[in-house]
Formats: sequence, C-alpha cells, structure tokens
Amino acid sequence: MNAIAAPRGPRSGRWGSWGLRLAAFSYLGLFIVVPLVVISVQGFRDGLATFVSSVTKPAALSAIGLTIWTAAVMAVINTIMGTLTAYMLVSYRFPGKALFNMLIDLPFAIPSLVTGVMLVLLYGPQTAIGGFFEKRLGFPIVFAPPGIVLALLFISYPFVIRTVQPVLMQMEANQQEAAHTLGASPWTTFRRVIFPTIRPAIITGGLLSFARAMGEFGSVIVVAGNIPMRSQTAAVYIYGQIESGSTQAASGVSVVLLFLAFTITLSVDFFLRRRDART
Amino acid sequence: MRERELRGPLPLILLAAVLVYAAVLLLAPMAAIVSSAFAGGVGKVINALLLPDVLLAFRMTFLLALGAMLINTLAGTVLAWVLVRHNFPGKRLVDALVDAPFVFSPVIVGYALILMFGREGWFAPTVVQIAFAWPAMLLATVFVSLPFVTREIQPVLAELTLEQENAAYTLGANRWTTFRRVVVPQIWHGLLYGMVLTFARSVGEFGAVAVAGGAIERYTETATIYVFRAMHDRNPIGAYSVSVALGVLSIGILVVMSLLRRRPSHTAAD
Repeated sequence: MNAIAAPRGPRSGRWGSWGLRLAAFSYLGLFIVVPLVVISVQGFRDGLATFVSSVTKPAALSAIGLTIWTAAVMAVINTIMGTLTAYMLVSYRFPGKALFNMLIDLPFAIPSLVTGVMLVLLYGPQTAIGGFFEKRLGFPIVFAPPGIVLALLFISYPFVIRTVQPVLMQMEANQQEAAHTLGASPWTTFRRVIFPTIRPAIITGGLLSFARAMGEFGSVIVVAGNIPMRSQTAAVYIYGQIESGSTQAASGVSVVLLFLAFTITLSVDFFLRRRDART
Repeated sequence: MRERELRGPLPLILLAAVLVYAAVLLLAPMAAIVSSAFAGGVGKVINALLLPDVLLAFRMTFLLALGAMLINTLAGTVLAWVLVRHNFPGKRLVDALVDAPFVFSPVIVGYALILMFGREGWFAPTVVQIAFAWPAMLLATVFVSLPFVTREIQPVLAELTLEQENAAYTLGANRWTTFRRVVVPQIWHGLLYGMVLTFARSVGEFGAVAVAGGAIERYTETATIYVFRAMHDRNPIGAYSVSVALGVLSIGILVVMSLLRRRPSHTAAD
C-alpha cells in the first residue's frame, strides 16, 4: 500500500499523531498480542519435554490428526465447488440468481453452533437419512468424521466463492472472446485463459478456509460430540482439557493449533506478496 | 467477464450441480430445524422463547454484541486510520495481526482470557471479577469480531483524496472537525457495513464466550450457550426454538447487509 503524506492541520502537532498510534497499538496489543504470548508461554512453561509429551499423548495426537484431515477434505471439496459456483454466478444468466447470490453469505450470519444443531437434526441417528446411513450402510454421519466435514463445509461455503467471484468479474471479456474466436473450446478457454487468472484467488480462498476450519468449535462439538480418539477434534480436545483443569494439555495443543493456523496464513501472505512483486 | 445465456447441456449440468450442492448443504439443514421446531405448533415455540432463562440469555447476547460493536467501531476506526495514514517500521506485521482472530480458535481465545484473568492468572484482578463473568465475555466478543470494522474502512480510507481535507484545514478547521465533517461522511457507508458484520459475528459466538464466562446458567449464559445447554439437557424444543430465533435474526442481519452493499459507496461526499 502506498503511503500517503498525512495532511498537517494548523494545530496538528506530533502529539496527536503519536496518541493515535499509541491507541491503535494498545488495542491490537491488548487484544491480540497479549493472548498469543500468554498461550505460548503457558505451553512451554514446564519446559520443552513437557510440551512434547503433552502433545504426543495418543488422544492429543489423534485430535490433531483428525482436525487436519477433516479440514483438508473440506478444503478440497470447498475449493472445487466454490470455484465452480463463482464461475457459474459470474458467467451465466439464470433465474433467481440475485437471491442465490445473497444466500451464499448465509453461513457467515448463522451462528456455527446452530449449524451443528441443524446437521444433527437432519443426519442424526434417529432421522430418516442418518438412520439409513448408519443402519443400512454402517456409515454414521453424526458423532463421526463425516459430520465434522459437513459442518466445516457449511461454515466455509462462502470463502472460496467470495474470493474468486470479484477476480472473475474483473476479467476482460475480450480475452475470453479472443480465445473463442481462435477456435478454443469452452474447456480450453477455461483451462488456458480463465484458470491462470483466478488461480491465486482459488489458492488463497482454499487455504484460508482450511486455516479457519482447523479452529472451528461450535458446530463441531454439537455434530461430533466429544468422543476421544474417534470424533474429537483439537478444539474440542482443548475444551475438554480446560473443563477438567489440565492446563498443560490444553496449552500444548493450543500452541500446535495456533502454529498451524499462523503458518498457513503467513504462507498465503508470502504467496500473495511474491505474486505482487512479479506483476 | 460478460454474462452469457445457458446454452447446451454442459452449462445446465454444471448449474444443476452448483444449485443442488447449495440446496443440500445449506437449505436442507435449515428446513429440518424449522420443521422440527414448529412440529408441536407455533405456541410451543413462543412459550419456549419467553422462558426467563431464554430472555436473560438473549439480553446477554445483545449487550455483548452491542458492547463489542461500540469498542470495535471506535478503536477499529483509529486502527484503520493509523494503518493507512501513518508510516512506521513493522507496519506489514501489524497489518497481518489484524486478521489473527479469523484463524484463532474461539476456544483458545476463551482459554487465554482465563489464563490472564482467572484466580491464579497473570493479571488476577482483586477488586472485580473478570474471568467467569461478563467482562471476560465482552473481551472475548471484542476479540472474535475485531477485524471487521478495520478491514471494511481501510480500503475506503486509502482511496480518499486529500484535497477536501486540505481545503478544510486551509479554511481553519482543526483535525477533529475535519475528520468529523469531511472524512466521516465519506467512510460512513463502509463503517456501517463493518458495524453490522461485527454485530452479526458477535451474536453468533459460542466457544470463546462459553470458555471465558464459564457458561453458568442464568449468569454467564448467552443465547448460543443456552442452545448448547438445552441440547445437553434433552430439551429439544428449547434448543430448536432458540436456534430458529437466532437464525431468523441472522437472516435479518443478512438482508440489512445486502441492502447496504447495493448502495453506492460514496453517498454523502459533502
């Protein structure tokens, strides 16, 4: 972002400017930096060995593993369907499009705990659909990993769509038409012209939805319950450890979860910056 | 890109896939909860919503959301201003930190607040109770909804031309008057949108407030925490009714948001 020379008012002075900066930094420091520091220090308070043993307990490892793979499955499905949805929304006219476009933001607005309740109602063992899957196919949805993936898909639905859509809208129509005129099929046009342009947005949206989904709690605790080694994600594991008062286990897994989330976010940032530098 | 008509089988199949996916993922669960809540009649839902515990929980939800919106609007505006207009070392890092709440698990936020303000916490308070009471819940709500106002007005502030501000200074206005009379009218729309997002996010929070406040019945219980308790206590009508109420509230907020988005971004430039 280009720096703008701040206009200097008649009595502006440096004090007012420093005051504003101090206020902004204290706000961020108090709300974001301090909690981060507190969690990290707590995680390593009893030494590195204790930290390692707290996060390598079978229940902790299994929770971290479940968190990563369910979020990854969600991210793959969400990236494919989100890209397709954005593409259809931008390139085609169809009835009810305005309403559909509005519906996309619904998961942003609906409390994620309510999402969990809704999924239990639809796919729980007592329902027609859930009962069919569990009894006929031996494949439970709720209180099992598929329910977690469904919940994560619901809460992340808008992410890829809303990052890809604006890029598609800004694309030059004539690039596409040129490809068309030169005899390219729609698939070739998509693969060679459209996809390279929206690829950064797709990757950003997908990775950010992945990072965010790893920390998801409200919908997951309702849909997956709290069954160690089976349907307990890292966030739910941390919650259980807080309830039972074992701070070391809670802090250790918190540090791991935060580390993963920040690594992904920072790599997205790095990826975008490298791209900015190139163009 | 230019919109086209749906011609040929492939676009139709793809559109059907997109719509069916959205319907199964988003609409079917909503239909399920609405039909379950109203299975016993509207009267039961209304009765369930008028229980004293439920009213208390909604009151807590509203007060927290209002408080978080107020704090994040004021402080978020200052933060956005500093990030756009000031130059300082490490600005990129500070800017990146603003997004931290998006990926910070809510449970960890609540836990950090307990570690800070609990009885044996780092800053254990002696006079007032913070952890397991509303102050920690307010801090948790401020945290989870922190980025919205800043992120909404940052791009708007960056686009402002300085001519009007300089004109105001030339005419003898001080900084505050200039900000109030020249800048605010131009960022007003983004600010409002950010405030609505902040409110919506705050109303829906569960994990952070449940952990920070301890989820004590009638004392530190929000509407979402009530739903969680009702699910646990096998009180389905309570859980479904409050869920539907929260859902209706969210959809209302969504409608307001889409109305705001449709309006041009600079309505009252002067």
